[in-house]
Amino acid sequence: MEVTNYAVLASVLFAIGATTVLLRRNAIVVFMGVELMLNATNLAFVTFARLHGDLTGQVLAFFVMVVAAAEVVVGLAIIVTIFRTRRSASVDDVNLLKG
Amino acid sequence: MTATGGEAALFWVLAPLMVLAALGLLFVRRAVHAAMCLVFVMVSLAIMYIAQEAAFLGVVQVVVYTGAVMMLFLFVLMLVGVDASDSLTETIKGQRGIGLLLGLGLGIVLAGVVAQAAFPPAAGLGLANEVTNPVGLARILFGDYVLAMEAVGVLLVTAAMGALVLTHRRRLEPRRTQRTMAESRVRALPRGVSLTPQPTPGVYALNNAMDTPALDPAGEPVEASVPRVLRIRGQQRSVGALLESERATVEGE
Repeated sequence: MEVTNYAVLASVLFAIGATTVLLRRNAIVVFMGVELMLNATNLAFVTFARLHGDLTGQVLAFFVMVVAAAEVVVGLAIIVTIFRTRRSASVDDVNLLKG
Repeated sequence: MTATGGEAALFWVLAPLMVLAALGLLFVRRAVHAAMCLVFVMVSLAIMYIAQEAAFLGVVQVVVYTGAVMMLFLFVLMLVGVDASDSLTETIKGQRGIGLLLGLGLGIVLAGVVAQAAFPPAAGLGLANEVTNPVGLARILFGDYVLAMEAVGVLLVTAAMGALVLTHRRRLEPRRTQRTMAESRVRALPRGVSLTPQPTPGVYALNNAMDTPALDPAGEPVEASVPRVLRIRGQQRSVGALLESERATVEGE
């Protein structure tokens, strides 16, 4: 199986994730876009680990997963806190710093 | 290397479905459906990892991502309200067009660069996975990256603490116990509040619905026995009409 296919799939998924972050308004869906981008990079890591015959790529993908889990915990806690004070999960409603 | 034909078939079955599901993240209106799309993408990725000789990562992907992270997402969605759908008004003019253009451009640039590059044939992980994949990973993880591993442990603990602190709510008023509620009810007695529960609706020979008032010992209807909401809506039935219809039914037989 060619490496190129996996790498193209990873870049397409990454681009879709980035577009989700740019376009969606619901903070939770924006967060899912970030997760999709992280997963796409993981796919690239695993693919290139196999290309080079070196497990270090998989170790890095593992670290990405752990950091992503920590990030999700804190990010969702922030969303819940914002929802409690503002009654909304839309990224447009968080404009407290606006003059 | 694994059997190339089987892997190619797996890839060409999974990849289009994954891209479709990922696009669902972009176009689906409800956040829950977006979460389900993402779950599909993640499970497919796990299958791809296993096909790419990364068995450990495949299992971790299922357990951590679909098992923990996405469930956390769904919990928060339930907390925030499932039908909190997106607003479609643009706060920044032309944002959707620009965002779509940027995303498309990023995708084309990335895919173009990757497709242009000439990769050597994959070396394969046969040698590295000789002691099985998890053991090989563990040797690198606890050999070269032991410091990073410990830093990640600290990060996880800090994140858990952060989530606890962020979602903690301080109690602003004293706790309402059964005793305080009973005392407040007794204190409200002079204002005409009843100490006991309201009387139940009336039960008749052919009728025991919520909208029929009960009769007191003197035979008068008890107003309070019909739920307040029904009384406000004017949906309660009068006792006279009720008894009349019951008698008509009995005499008709």
